[in-house]
Amino acid sequence: MKLYCLSGHPTLPCNVLKFKSTTIMLDCGLDMTSTLNFLPLPLVQSPRLSKLPGWVLKDGSTFLDKELKECSGHVFVDSVPEFCLPETELLDLSTVDVILISNYHCMMALPYITEYTGFTGTVYATEPTVQIGRLLMEELVNSIERVPKAQSASMWKNKEVQRLLPAPLKDAVEVSMWRKCYTMPEVNAALSKIQLVGYSQKIELFGAVQVTPLSSGYALGSSNWIIQSHYEKVSYVSGSSLLTTHPQPMDQASLKNSDVLILTGLTQIPTANPDGMVGEFCSNLAMTVRNGGNVLVPCYPSGVIYDLLECLYQYIDSAGLSNVPFYFISPVANSSLEFSQIFAEWLCHNKQTKVYLPEPPFPHAELIQTNKLKHYPSIHGDFSNDFKQPCVVFTGHPSLRFGDVVHFMELWGKSSLNTVIFTEPDFSYLDALAPYQPLAMKCVYCPIDTRLNFIQVSKLLKEVQPLHVVCPEQYTQPPPTQSHRTDLMIDCQPPPMSYRRAEVLTLPYKRRYEKIEIMPELADSLVPLEIKPGISLATVSAVLHTKDNKHVLQLPPKPPQPPASKKRKRVSEDVPECKPLKPLLSGSIPVEQFVQTLEKHGFSDVKVEDTAKGHIVLLQEAETLIQIEEDSTHIICDNDEPLRVKLRDLVLKFLQKF
Amino acid sequence: MSAWQAWFVARARRRFAMSRECAQLLPRVCAALADPRQPGSDDTCLEKLLDWLRDLTELEPTLNVVRDNPCLTEFFTSVLALPEPSPSILSFTLRLAGLLAASEDCFQHLQQENLLFRLFGSGGTLNRAVWEDASVRSGWVEGVHSMMHHQPALRFLCNGGGIDVIFTLQGDPSLFVASAASQLLVHMLTLSVESETTTPLSEKDCNWPACAQMIIKHIEDSLQSGCASHINQSLKLLTSLFGSCRATWTEVLWLRIAKQVESFLIEDSVQTRHMLANLLLNMSRSPVFCDTEGSFWALVTSALEHLTPVQAGPLAVGILSLHKCPQDVRIQAMTVLLQPMDCILRAASQPLEYAGLLDESVSDPSTVESLLSSKSSCASLLCQTLAHLEKLLSLIHLPVDLPYTSLLRSFVTILQFCSGLLIPATPLGSKISQILIGCGRVQKSALDALAALSERKGCDTVIGSLFDILLVYLESPNTSPTVLKKSFQAMSKWLARLPEMSCFNSQWPTEKILQDVFLVLQKRLCSPCWEVRDSSLEFLTSLIKSMRDQDEFRESLLSSEVPKLTENLLEDPESYVRASAVTAVGHLTFITYSLPESAVAGNQYNKEDTTAKLQDILSTDPESFPRRAVISIFTKWLKQGCTGQAEDTEQFVSRAIQTVERDLDWEVRIGGLELVEVFCVQALCRVGLPKCPYAPASSTVTSSIQQNESLQIFCRAKLFKFLFWSLCDYDKPVGQKACDILLVLRASLSPSSMLKDCQGAGDLSAGRGIPWLQRTLRQGSLAQNFPTDAGNGVDFEDPESMMLALGTIDLEELHDELNKSSDHVEKSPQSLLEDILATVGTIDENEADCY
Repeated sequence: MKLYCLSGHPTLPCNVLKFKSTTIMLDCGLDMTSTLNFLPLPLVQSPRLSKLPGWVLKDGSTFLDKELKECSGHVFVDSVPEFCLPETELLDLSTVDVILISNYHCMMALPYITEYTGFTGTVYATEPTVQIGRLLMEELVNSIERVPKAQSASMWKNKEVQRLLPAPLKDAVEVSMWRKCYTMPEVNAALSKIQLVGYSQKIELFGAVQVTPLSSGYALGSSNWIIQSHYEKVSYVSGSSLLTTHPQPMDQASLKNSDVLILTGLTQIPTANPDGMVGEFCSNLAMTVRNGGNVLVPCYPSGVIYDLLECLYQYIDSAGLSNVPFYFISPVANSSLEFSQIFAEWLCHNKQTKVYLPEPPFPHAELIQTNKLKHYPSIHGDFSNDFKQPCVVFTGHPSLRFGDVVHFMELWGKSSLNTVIFTEPDFSYLDALAPYQPLAMKCVYCPIDTRLNFIQVSKLLKEVQPLHVVCPEQYTQPPPTQSHRTDLMIDCQPPPMSYRRAEVLTLPYKRRYEKIEIMPELADSLVPLEIKPGISLATVSAVLHTKDNKHVLQLPPKPPQPPASKKRKRVSEDVPECKPLKPLLSGSIPVEQFVQTLEKHGFSDVKVEDTAKGHIVLLQEAETLIQIEEDSTHIICDNDEPLRVKLRDLVLKFLQKF
Repeated sequence: MSAWQAWFVARARRRFAMSRECAQLLPRVCAALADPRQPGSDDTCLEKLLDWLRDLTELEPTLNVVRDNPCLTEFFTSVLALPEPSPSILSFTLRLAGLLAASEDCFQHLQQENLLFRLFGSGGTLNRAVWEDASVRSGWVEGVHSMMHHQPALRFLCNGGGIDVIFTLQGDPSLFVASAASQLLVHMLTLSVESETTTPLSEKDCNWPACAQMIIKHIEDSLQSGCASHINQSLKLLTSLFGSCRATWTEVLWLRIAKQVESFLIEDSVQTRHMLANLLLNMSRSPVFCDTEGSFWALVTSALEHLTPVQAGPLAVGILSLHKCPQDVRIQAMTVLLQPMDCILRAASQPLEYAGLLDESVSDPSTVESLLSSKSSCASLLCQTLAHLEKLLSLIHLPVDLPYTSLLRSFVTILQFCSGLLIPATPLGSKISQILIGCGRVQKSALDALAALSERKGCDTVIGSLFDILLVYLESPNTSPTVLKKSFQAMSKWLARLPEMSCFNSQWPTEKILQDVFLVLQKRLCSPCWEVRDSSLEFLTSLIKSMRDQDEFRESLLSSEVPKLTENLLEDPESYVRASAVTAVGHLTFITYSLPESAVAGNQYNKEDTTAKLQDILSTDPESFPRRAVISIFTKWLKQGCTGQAEDTEQFVSRAIQTVERDLDWEVRIGGLELVEVFCVQALCRVGLPKCPYAPASSTVTSSIQQNESLQIFCRAKLFKFLFWSLCDYDKPVGQKACDILLVLRASLSPSSMLKDCQGAGDLSAGRGIPWLQRTLRQGSLAQNFPTDAGNGVDFEDPESMMLALGTIDLEELHDELNKSSDHVEKSPQSLLEDILATVGTIDENEADCY
């Protein structure tokens, strides 16, 4: 059992599990933090960005000044943003049989895998995961494609050149692997390979293993996966939450008795309690709006935004914000808000029951009805007519490098009345803001990450008790900036096995058993012999037939008939030759009775010695030694075959044959 | 007997004495209770019956009661004759018999008929199946306790084997019975020693009376038994004895058992050590022991050393609260409480960086260290220690000097540990850090202790880090609402101390810290969690209360967004928050009221606006809390003179009471009356009438003019209508309050003298009105609503009519009437007996129904 670790990002995992002749890819997350090294893509020509000076090397060389721009002491690549793909060299990805997706954030690299590697397998995911994943991809492609960039920078990626660059560009890993965004046809092709599954649905893979998605409580349709054979169980836990938000609660019980538990996707902000952060979000939002400022919330078009809107729905009246417009701008805003209302079966119990009332499960429907929340595909068109300030704008992308958010950053950045509130934990807000410096607007960091924290993990592991835990190396040590926080790491016994990008782990679990079926005719022919009360044994002589990872014992072929004619046997009819079977023995030899028997048979000088493992019976005259142990009996005599046979027969009298 | 005592007894006789009616009812009641065919009676009625009979025996010789009411003894006989009496009746019987037998002659009387033996003796109740019922055992113990007032009762118990029953009952499965049995033994021991010894007992000449001897032997045997439950029972008994009895013989008893008790401290196996702390604490409070030198205090010191920190904590607090105590014991007690704090400090810092709280030679920190490094005990030990320290720090006269600076440092360190901010320098620190991060229980205890410490002087040096950590707590989104509330409380207490801290102004500018506080307050006032908004407003109010006289505070507050946000919260959807916002805005007014005109003009601090907003809440808010808050703030404003000139004030009060008189909430109406009371007192003072203690004596002529003037003010402000209406209020406290105010007004305005002047005027102007008012108030007054039609002829704004009303209505009688409890009719003994008969004695009627 091996695990190939293709991604080093703990919350955007991409691992491949080789288990019983199957090759299963677990998630294919796309690390987008690489985009932070690029200049933002403004929707409207930005004089500020276009006037940024080119970067000049210390020695005055200017050959990179077209590719790299400097802004407030930071250097950015002036090109279309690129993403850091999972490792593609560690193993041949065309051999991957299936890809299991756990949530819509963890499938963003899917087109790169399915369309570029010769992948011919199937992808399994739940319906909301696919639909919302599609929205995320669509938004991503749209945001990048609608701002075409004439030039593409590649010179800086040269290893020799990269060495000369300032941090963080200098330290960026695997830049040669960075790729531009995929296209919509590629997205469609990738998504067409997905097969939809439901929670607890059992999917057979080549008869070798069975995979089952379980609710993970993190997002609409998010799942953990159980990968099991008859005797082994591997649990894959990725992006789970125990908090009561909108999705169905996490199914913990089914994770019990796992041999190996692969644990990824824990909270990225373990010190921030989501409830407190939501409070912080609301307070800062209200304070800004009351002072006449605008609030910008860079976010994904799905996920936490549903909870934020629900929270604001309850809060705006109490905070006197009823007249403040809320705008949600995304090419997929409409679909996202509508999709959320139709996936009732994937929602938490409370929201499910609303559907039967009938009421929309999420209160943002009411916000839209009452015109408090308005959504637009982009800042162009209707939005510019309706736009009123002060207001609250939810828009993407949280990296602040592309999407409508770039426009608002440029528009509102100069006033200290405005506030940008970061709620998505995927990007460092300081890095995200770097190309907008100097910035007058207030910045508030309220990362809301509902995924498991270390206390919850510790309880979960106690509850489900896996034999082995495998996790990214980041979880086995305190965060680098808080080395004293030993509470912020996984604490379990035995200690977890950790992995890092491009590593291959041999999982510590050895397979010991395989299930074999016996054909009814063969079973009929068996005559079990009770050797202990409740335990019966029978010898089986059969042919093991293996096909599609299923093993069947069949009746042995009949002994070859003497050839009726002198025709030569055809080679194709050659069947395995059955040797006559020796009977198996069982039972123990009672030494005293054995000695008496020996004496009856004329051995007068029998002497018994006790040894650590059994007894030695000594026949002095015959110079013979009978060593009786729990699982073996040896007769040692000097070339006296008749004596040995005689003694052997005496021994056999005490044993049962079958 | 003083006059008032005599009056009291006479009144009690009137109230409780056996009336003829009761004497007639009692035999029927007794017969009904003893009738097994009757349904079980209500236990509350039996309790009341017992209470009444107890009162009766206190007023009359018990023997007379028993002789005059032979039904009582007959009742005992009948109950004893029952083959299967109900547990509640038997329990009642035992308690009643004990009550009557408390008098010695009555005891003899009952004994003559052998009743007590049959009830309490070995041949009686004890052998019945019903003894299994805990209420019967409880009744038995209570009965015995009641009768235990004389030697015959003592002898009856000791000679009849009853004392062994009590010994057994100490271990009764019912905790009530066990505890009562223990108390009974204490009582018997005290009674025996104090009534049966002629010469004072001493260690050498120690002739214990028989009963005392039995009990002491039992105590000694139990202590030596090696059986934990027996030892515990005896230690409980001793604890209770030393807590209640301060006679010198207790020392003689102690000397007999001291060695044995001492041994429990050393033997680890005995599961009774936790009992010792209470025992020693009670002893240390007794003058018999605390004045002795040597052995007792040595034992206390040894206990403080040998008990676990958790067991020794309460003892240490008790010792440190004592005013009389040897210094070395105090030091030992202090060590118990300071050691966990010391360990915290040492764990948090480099070995040589900080010396800690205690000298290591004094004590071995290993036990505490191991407790602190264990997940299961760390938080509870810290919480307990912090609670003990808070208790000590809250004492006004603390007999010891604690190291306040180090304590403050340790509290701050604990809070730093809990917030995950502290980078521990030792392995123990890392362990503690891991356990404490995010531990709300410890945070709350530490904040409480911190708040209590603010009362003590001499911790100025750590103040910087104190404010830092408090700000972290106020700022952090992870702080839970309850922890936040406590952080606010601690912050408010310490901020109030700012001005007196010499070091602070130089090192830490007050202005900076206040700015930070208001910045965080601003955010918290916008919290989506209403509890947070509410505690933020409470915090603001408490800050204004304690710091409003300081310029820096006022400036920082007014230059922040806080006043505006507070005013916004007057419209909060949560009523508690609106109420707190009203209080906060009301207090803000104290600051803005004194601002110069230029600062007020045209900006947010317009008092008229605020008053109008509050007035609006008072008249329209659907919840009562905000309305109560408004009226209470109005009263505060009036008291502090924030309502403007006299005319403005008159209008202000008038408007307020016209709003509250229709309020559905009685507390709001009471609040309105309080406002009226303050207004009246101020008005009377202003014109110099006697209600004001500092008013100069005035001549009769001027006095009459002044009276008239105030009367006119009150009439103009429509006070009388409100007051007379309130007299008829459904809610009695409102009526009482109104009556009190009217009585004061009558005393100040002396209508009798004025009436002479306007004799006949009343008949002319309000002849129909006043008698009608009087009649209404007298007859239906408190039962029916005051008619509101204008045609009733009473002109509440006419000074003469009102003067007439004040002079004519019998306010004293009304006052008495209003002060009678609502159940005064139902509370009589006769009513009780009738009640019992009604519920129990219905059997005849039922039988009749069968035909």
